[in-house]
Amino acid sequence: MSATTKNEVLLQADKLTRRFGGLVANQDISVSLERQMIHVLLGPNGAGKSTCINMLSGDLPPSEGRIHFMGKDITGLSAAQRSQVGIGRSYQRTNIFPQFTVLESVRLAAQSRRQQPWRIFSKAMEQRWALEKARACIEEAGLGKRVDWVSGVLSHGEQRQLEIAMVLATDAQVLLLDEPLAGMGSEESASMVEVLKRLRQTRGILLVEHDMDAVFAVADMITVMVNGQLLECGPPAQIKASVAVQQAYLGTEDSFHV
Amino acid sequence: MNAQASLILKLVALALVACVPLSGESFYIEIVGKILVMAIFAMSLDLLVGFTGLVSFGHAAYFGIAAYAVALLSPEYEAANLWLVLPASVSLSALAAFVIGLFVLRTKGIYFIMVTLAFAQMAYFIFHDTPLGGGSDGKYLNNKPSASIFGWEPFDLSNEVHMFYFILVMMVLVYLFLARILQSPFGRALVGIKSNEHRMQSLGYFTFRYKLGAFTLAGALGGLAGFLYAVLFGFVTPELLSWHESGNVLLMVILGGMGNLAGAIAGAFAFEAMREVFADITKYWQLLMGGVIVAVVLFLPGGLAGVPGRIKRALQGGEVK
Repeated sequence: MSATTKNEVLLQADKLTRRFGGLVANQDISVSLERQMIHVLLGPNGAGKSTCINMLSGDLPPSEGRIHFMGKDITGLSAAQRSQVGIGRSYQRTNIFPQFTVLESVRLAAQSRRQQPWRIFSKAMEQRWALEKARACIEEAGLGKRVDWVSGVLSHGEQRQLEIAMVLATDAQVLLLDEPLAGMGSEESASMVEVLKRLRQTRGILLVEHDMDAVFAVADMITVMVNGQLLECGPPAQIKASVAVQQAYLGTEDSFHV
Repeated sequence: MNAQASLILKLVALALVACVPLSGESFYIEIVGKILVMAIFAMSLDLLVGFTGLVSFGHAAYFGIAAYAVALLSPEYEAANLWLVLPASVSLSALAAFVIGLFVLRTKGIYFIMVTLAFAQMAYFIFHDTPLGGGSDGKYLNNKPSASIFGWEPFDLSNEVHMFYFILVMMVLVYLFLARILQSPFGRALVGIKSNEHRMQSLGYFTFRYKLGAFTLAGALGGLAGFLYAVLFGFVTPELLSWHESGNVLLMVILGGMGNLAGAIAGAFAFEAMREVFADITKYWQLLMGGVIVAVVLFLPGGLAGVPGRIKRALQGGEVK
């Protein structure tokens, strides 16, 4: 882990709190994400992981707290603005353009970097830079064999890969991935883990994940949340050994024998 | 259907329509001219409903605003200049759509439908109840605009055949214009917004601006249709802005098959033709019309635009979906 600790901090969230009426979904959550690092948000259902990732991506404004991206305060930015500065995300429930082909979906994502909406007489399919970038990102996400398929008919795992390809096409420096392995078979899951490791080389990844094997296979840092609160944050070895984590969470989870 | 067959079909249809003035029957020339105007109107709405996913139930407002604009901007006893009054009328509709769009595009779903309707009703009452519009009798356009360019007159809109071809050329231009735009990065983004607006935002698209662009453009083209309508018939009434008209044009788009420009044209033809035929048969023609629309929605989910594909699949013995 020592190799990654010296890295540049990409995303820094300080004391994020989110209330829904009287319910406190997140209280004083601080997370930091460095380049070349996979940081996993762990916690039982209802712990507030999705709320946290929604605040980071701009889908949900925090009630309190600040978020910085590469030193700049981005707390007030919308989801679209955060995408433009370099934060990309995928969703827990697959969120794609079902009628579009894989190529068109990712091309549209690439187009978001140079939108030029006033050029209404140019043809989108003649923008070669966007097409080339789309093909490269599809390849990087491991979906090269499905370029011309309609997104809606892809397998669940492939749709998750498509989401990653779309995020990559936006040049995101930070990837916020909400359960990218959910509902995947073991084979799909293993290939996604490889994709994640490859992506880590140049970016920072924040992951919400339940699959324990995968978590310990990829995580550089783990933050454990329980009931909307931060329980513990540290490298995988520390989390595994933590008494507090075992009491609060792992004691009830049989799958945690690694 | 492959692209070539589709193109041939469209050209044949265009040639048939272009032959209508050969009949020499004013009745048919005027009715088909009106249908062509409604086809422009339906295409402009399809840009919103079928391509951007915005179900506007107040599109008649932009039709009516430009129609009134030409009547109000023209001098009482002489002809206005077409090349001034056309862009002016269309711009007024575009401006209205831009301003109204700033408000209505902040809402979604059923609220969007209701708010577009509310704004259209406001426009209706402005022309119906203020001195501006001349009340429920509407206003006459005594002289059709003159196409004169520094004394040279390429065509004469008071000639019914010239008027017909002017409308036909406008309709073809609008079709080509929209078809082109839909292939541009702007158009692809609109279709992306229809498919999944939330995803577009998280990919970094400021979707509000795209929707406002589409709404303004649709208002402008709806205005072009209203302009042509006013010039064709020589008078305007507040009924042009009524919610019945907004509903009719929506039905044309649904009949034709949403998200298909040629479908919108076919929908306008089918709707107006049914109106004529059924009204000839019975004064309860709206009952017949309603029945046909229910049948189309139930049995032809893709509208008329889906029919050639169905025929082809049936002939090939394939499964009809």
